[in-house]
Order: sequence, then C-alpha cells, then structure tokens
Amino acid sequence: MADEVSKVVDAKGLACPMPVLLARKGIDEIESGQVMLVESTDAGSKSDIPSWTRDMGHELMTSETEGPIFTYTIRKA
Amino acid sequence: MPKRKELRGINRKSLLHAHLRKYGDNDGACSGAHGQEARRMAQDKGPDKMTIIAFSGDLDKLWPTMILSSTGAAYGMDVTVFHTFWGLFPLVRDDVKITGDNAMTKMLSTMNPPGFERAKLSKLNMGGAGKWMMRQLAGQHNVMPPEELFDMCLQMGVKIWPCQMTMDLLGIRADQLRPGLGEPAGAATALSEMSRSEIQLFI
Repeated sequence: MADEVSKVVDAKGLACPMPVLLARKGIDEIESGQVMLVESTDAGSKSDIPSWTRDMGHELMTSETEGPIFTYTIRKA
Repeated sequence: MPKRKELRGINRKSLLHAHLRKYGDNDGACSGAHGQEARRMAQDKGPDKMTIIAFSGDLDKLWPTMILSSTGAAYGMDVTVFHTFWGLFPLVRDDVKITGDNAMTKMLSTMNPPGFERAKLSKLNMGGAGKWMMRQLAGQHNVMPPEELFDMCLQMGVKIWPCQMTMDLLGIRADQLRPGLGEPAGAATALSEMSRSEIQLFI
C-alpha cells in the first residue's frame, strides 16, 4: 500500500516560483516522515521541484505527468 | 659513512612522524567510508545565506529580485535584500504619491513615481504602455506580480532593509515605507551580510 498523503499542495495554474514557494509552506506544516503531494501545471516545476527536494534533503518518491498536470510526492526528511 | 646513514634514517623517520602527527588523524578520518560521506555531504550542501542589493527600481529587475529572494527563503536560506537608490522607490507605500522633503526631492518623485505598481520597464516602457502589456502578459501566464512576491518574501522571513543614506539623499522617510521592513541600515551592514553570504547579487 502506498504511503498516506498528509498534505496536498495545489499549485495548479501558478507559474514559477510559486510551486516551490507553496511546496515549502506545505512541508513546514507536516512532520518528518510524512508525505506531501504537490500538483502543478508549470513545466518549470519538472526541474524545480526535484532540485528543491534534493537540496532540502527530502525524498522525491514519485514524479508523474498526467496530461497538463505534474504530480510529485515528497517524503519530509 | 654509517653515521651519515643513521642520521639520514633518523631524519626521515622523524619527518614521517611529524607528518603523521600533523596529518595522520585527518587522513584517517577522511579515508574511511564515514569520512568520505561526510566530505561529500559537506561539498553537496547548499548555501545558507544570500544577500541581494536591490539597486534598480525597474519592474523587469524587481521581478527577478523578488523571485530569487522568495525562492531563497523556500530553500531555507537566510535572505537579506538591501534596497538602495532607485530600489528604494518600490518600497514606498501605495498611498504615498510623492515623497521628498524639499523642491528637488519632491520633483524627483514626480519624475520617478514611487511604489511597485508605478515601476517602469527598463526598456520598451513606451510611456507606460510596455509596462501595462508586461503586467497583462504576466497575468495571462499566472506569474505573480512583484508586489505580491514581495508580500510572500515578508511572510517567509526575508529581511528587507532600506538604505539609510539614500533615503536621506532622495528624501524618502521611514514612515512612507511599507510595513514589515527592517531598520534602515548602512553600507557596512550590507557588506557584513554579503561577507557572510555564499550568494551575493547586485540587481
């Protein structure tokens, strides 16, 4: 069974740098080990979210594209 | 001859000992798996601190300043933006139309209206038509305007410091500035922050 998502961040329709800013706000609201799901329509997020996740030491569990929507699940370090 | 050999031997041995004393512990620690990992982590570690000198009041320069400083905060960096010269005008509250305390400084703000909303493009401004079009385009692409990114910056703990000397020079008073800013500071404070920052930008 997949990990339970503790927080959903909806950054759909927002351009750079909003997906990263909202991801930051979201991750601050969950505990270490919990999972956050980020949704974005910004193509720049395909590089921005994985970079930010890696640099922050969190774990990028999945990164998926479904039509115009990019979905990421991140486990907080 | 034997004496010389012996002496050479002793010297070599003592040099080796001195070397081991000096570097031995470090070598030992770094050559182990744990040491290598620690060293890799240290090299991989991102910057902790960024200082931006916001010199320009142009819309197309304020935008990247606000984008980078808010993203820096999202990265957990300690971010300071030091606003000086033309970069002070966007910090003026929207309800303040004219700054200045004498004819010259009042005229200056008439020619260079303060506030984010009135910031011009550095090129193709075309009497404000270019600026208007740029903001329209940004709206269509869901790009946050710089004044909203500025609010995000404040929410995320970015320190915004106006420059005291240029405030005096250009006739901008502290009570005319937006709320939430740091105390007006000087060049030494800016340099002190920059010297402790891995990233320093002048925009």
